Amino acid sequence: MAFLPTSPDDLHELLSTVGIRDAEELFARIPEHVRFRGRLRVDGPMDELALRRMFRAGASAVVFLGGGVYRHYIPAALDALSSRQEFLTAYTPYQPEISQGTLQAIFEFQSMMARLTGMDAANASMYDGATALAEAALMALRAKPLRRIVVTRSTTPSYRAVLRTYLRNTPGVEIVEAPFDPATGRTDLDALERLLDSEAAFFIQQPNYFGVVEDLPAVSAIAAGSGFWGVVVTEAVSLGLLEPPGSSGCDVVAGEAQSFGNPASAGGALLGFFCVKKEHVRRMPGRIVGLTRDHAGARAFCLTLSTREQHIRRDKATSNICTNQGLCALRAAMYLSCLGPGGLREVALQCACGARALMQALQGKGLRPVFSGAVFHEFVVRMDPGTRARLAEAGIVAGIPLDPHYPELENALLMNVTEMNTHEDILCLTRHL
Amino acid sequence: MPDPTPVTSCPMVREPLLSELSGPGRNGLTVPRPFAAGRCADIPAALNPPALPEISEVETVRHYTRLSRLNTGIDQGMYPLGSCTMKYNPRIGEEIASRIADIHPADEAALQPVLAWLLDLKATLEDLCGMDDSCLWPAAGAHGELTGMLVIREALRRRGDDRHKVLIPDTAHGTNPASCTIAGFTSVNVPSGPDGFLKAADLERHLDGDVAALMITNPNTLGIFEQEIDRIASLLHANGSFLYMDGANMNAIMGIARPGDMGVDCMHLNLHKTFGTPHGGGGPGSGPVLVKRGLAPYLPDPRIVRNAPGGIGLVARSPESIGMVHSCLGNVAVLLKAFVYCLSLGPDGLREASIRACLNANYLKERLKKVFDLPYPTPTLHEFVLSDRVQKVAGVTTVDMAKALMEYGFHPPTVYFPLVVPGAIMIEPTESEPVGELARFADAMGDIASRAETSPDLLHAAPRGTPVERIDEVWAARNLVLTWNDLNPSR
Repeated sequence: MAFLPTSPDDLHELLSTVGIRDAEELFARIPEHVRFRGRLRVDGPMDELALRRMFRAGASAVVFLGGGVYRHYIPAALDALSSRQEFLTAYTPYQPEISQGTLQAIFEFQSMMARLTGMDAANASMYDGATALAEAALMALRAKPLRRIVVTRSTTPSYRAVLRTYLRNTPGVEIVEAPFDPATGRTDLDALERLLDSEAAFFIQQPNYFGVVEDLPAVSAIAAGSGFWGVVVTEAVSLGLLEPPGSSGCDVVAGEAQSFGNPASAGGALLGFFCVKKEHVRRMPGRIVGLTRDHAGARAFCLTLSTREQHIRRDKATSNICTNQGLCALRAAMYLSCLGPGGLREVALQCACGARALMQALQGKGLRPVFSGAVFHEFVVRMDPGTRARLAEAGIVAGIPLDPHYPELENALLMNVTEMNTHEDILCLTRHL
Repeated sequence: MPDPTPVTSCPMVREPLLSELSGPGRNGLTVPRPFAAGRCADIPAALNPPALPEISEVETVRHYTRLSRLNTGIDQGMYPLGSCTMKYNPRIGEEIASRIADIHPADEAALQPVLAWLLDLKATLEDLCGMDDSCLWPAAGAHGELTGMLVIREALRRRGDDRHKVLIPDTAHGTNPASCTIAGFTSVNVPSGPDGFLKAADLERHLDGDVAALMITNPNTLGIFEQEIDRIASLLHANGSFLYMDGANMNAIMGIARPGDMGVDCMHLNLHKTFGTPHGGGGPGSGPVLVKRGLAPYLPDPRIVRNAPGGIGLVARSPESIGMVHSCLGNVAVLLKAFVYCLSLGPDGLREASIRACLNANYLKERLKKVFDLPYPTPTLHEFVLSDRVQKVAGVTTVDMAKALMEYGFHPPTVYFPLVVPGAIMIEPTESEPVGELARFADAMGDIASRAETSPDLLHAAPRGTPVERIDEVWAARNLVLTWNDLNPSR
C-alpha cells in the first residue's frame, strides 16, 4: 500500500514486541457501538500516473483579473529553493537549534516587510489579508476602549465580510463603512471625518479595491483623530512604487503579500502580513522571530514573545493562530531577494504602465474608467453582460463584476493588468469589443 | 553520545543576513518588461526605490540553499512530534497542486475542475468522519476551531439560547481555549480523570444551562481514546450543549471509528497532519470544519453547489451563514494535496495507515517504558506520553534529552505538553516510519537514558553537533531584535 513502509516480516516483529497477535487488538478500548465496520467510500487506490491523468486544469487564455489575488512572474529559482525538503517538510521552528534556516529566513521576511511598509516590526505571517485585517481590528480593541470599527467601503468586499465574521461576538462594537466619492473613487474625506473620534478604529485600503490610490497624507490628518488606525494593502507589489504606508503615521499596516512569489493557485495559499509600530509589538497576533545567541555566544534566531501566544497563554492569548503561512512567507522573502529594490519597482511600474495601456485601448472603444482618481494597476469600467459573455467565449476573462457587492455600480467591471499580460492580450480584448 | 557528526552536514559558519550580503548596484533577476516603461506621472510614487537589499541571483540561490542546510525536514529522518503527525509528504501531491498555480480564483471556467475536486474531497472527508456537511476554507486547525465555535454560537443564537461557557479538558491544545475566546465564549478547564480520559460522571458536575459545548480531542493528547465519548455526547445533548471534536489526532482512527458515530456535532481536521501535506516550516495548513445536519445552515460562505448555471458554482451568501472566514477558498493547493493523498491510499489504505500508526507507537512505547516513566498506563493509540521523572533524579530534564536527541539525527518529540504531565515527552512516530528507524530511535532514547545516569553534564551541554548550540530564548525576549533595523538602530 502507498506510503506504508512495513513489510509482513516487519509487521510480525512489531506485533511480537507489542505482545499482540493482531493489530486490531490495539483498538479494544474503543466501544463496539462506535466502531466503524463499514468501508470508506473514497476512490482509489490510484497510482501516480492515474493521478497525473485525472488532475488536469489550466487558466483561461487571456485574463485581466486581480481584486486581491494577482498574477506575477515567479522566478524559476523560487520553486527550486522553496521545494527543498529542509524547508518544505520541516515543522514550525519550536526547536531552534535545528531550525535556523526557517528562523533566519522569517527574520529577514519580517525585516523586509517592515521596511516596505515603513513600520517597526512584522510577524511571521497570517492566513491571508482578510484575516490580517480582522486580527488588526481585534488588536485595536485590545489597545483602546473602542465602540466603532470604521472601514472604507472601497475595501475589498471579502475582507469586510471576514472582519464582520471575526467581530460578530464582540458586543458593544459596531462596524461602520466610510463611503467613497462616486466621482474619484477615493474615500470621501468629509464623510470620514464625521465617523471618526477617539472611540473609533479606522482602516483604509491602499490602493483601494477599485485600484484607486488614496490620498494617504490627507487621510492621515483626519485619521489622527481616531483611537487607532491602520492601512490595508492587498497588492504588496504596490509597496515597490508608492510611499511606505507607515510614513503616514498609522498604527498597523496589514494585508496580503501573495504577489511576492506565490502563485494565484485558485485563491490559496495566500500570505497575510502584519506590521506594527513598536508600541504594539506585544499586542501582535501570531509568531515572531527574534535575534538571539546560543550558549557559545554565536548569533542565532528563535521564536520570541511567546507569552502572547496560545500554547502558553491559552484563553488569554492575543490570538488563536498557530500554524500560519510559513512557506509562503519564505517564498516572499526569496522573491524580494531575487528582485531587489530596482526589480520590485520595475514590476510595479510595468503593472502601472500596462494598466494605462489597457485604459487607453479601451478609451479607443468608448470605454472610460468609472472613477477619475489615479490608479495603480487596476481600474473600473462599465461593460454590459453581453459583451462580457462574448469575451468569455473567446477565452478572455475581462475582469471581476462589481455589482454583486456594489449595487450602485451596475455593470461595473474591475480590470487588472500585471507584467504577465502583453500588448497582444490587450489587442485580443479590443478586437472583440 | 554519538560522535559529534553534524546533524545537517553543514559547515559551522554563520550565514550572513541578506542585509549583510547586499551591495549597491548588484543586479537581481531581470524582470519581464512587456510594456514600454513610462513615468506614470499621475501616481504619487515614492522618490526612491524601496529599502531592500541588492543581491545577485546566484547569491540569493546560495543564501537560501545554505539556510536550508541549517534546517531539519522529515525527509532526513523520524520527526516524532506528538499530536503534530509528521508523516511522509508524498511529492505527487506537490506535482498535482502545481497544476492549479496559474488559475486566478475569479477565472470561473478554469475553476470548474478545481471545484469538482473540492466537492469530491468534501464528500470523502464527510464520509471518513461520519459527518453530514463541511466547509473546506479554514486555513489551519485553529482557524477551523474558531469557525466551528462560531457555528455553534450561531446555532445557539438562532434558537434564542445564549450560552457562554465552553468546557475544555486539561489535556487540550492551547488553541482550543484561545479559539473559544475569539468566538465570545469563556473556557472552563475540566480535569481529566486519573486514567487519562474524561469520565462522564466528572463531566456531569460541570453541566448547567450556560454550557454551550465541550471541546474534546479524541484520541486525546495522551494518545488515549476517550472511551466514554458516547455517554459524554448523550449528557451534553440532554443538556442542550454541543460536542466539538478537535480532529488533530484523527490519524489514529481513520476507518476505525467515526466522530459522527460518537455523537460529535462539529469538528475540524488538520489536513497538514493526517493527510500528509507538508508543514512548510509553519504552514500553509488546512483545517476543514465538519458538522451534523443541524449545524449545516451556519457554515461559512461561500458554498459550492453542483447545479449552478454554467456548471459547479459558488453561492456567495446563504441566509443563516456565519459569513466568510477567508478572502478566497482557503488553502486550495493544500486541499488538493490532501485529496491526492486520500486517492493514493484508497479506502483500505487510509484504514491501514491508522492501524500502522498505532502499531508503530505501541512498539516504541513498549520499548521505552522500560527506561522512562510512563505516567498513564491506560492503552494508547497513535501516540504516548513519557515523563522525565526517572532521569530528573540525576538532574537531567526533558529539555536536556530533547536537545540530545538532535545529536542522534532525530527531531525531538513534543515536550512539556500536555500540561497534565510534568516534563512530558510526547511521541508520535506515524505510520511512515520503517521498523529500522523506530528501533534506531528507541536505541537513541535508551542511550540518552543511560547517559543521564553516567554523564549528565554531556546532556546539559547538548546539542553540540547542530548548526548552533543551545539557544538563549530569554535573551531574545529581553532584547527584542525583530528586524535588521533593530540591529543597527542608528539607521
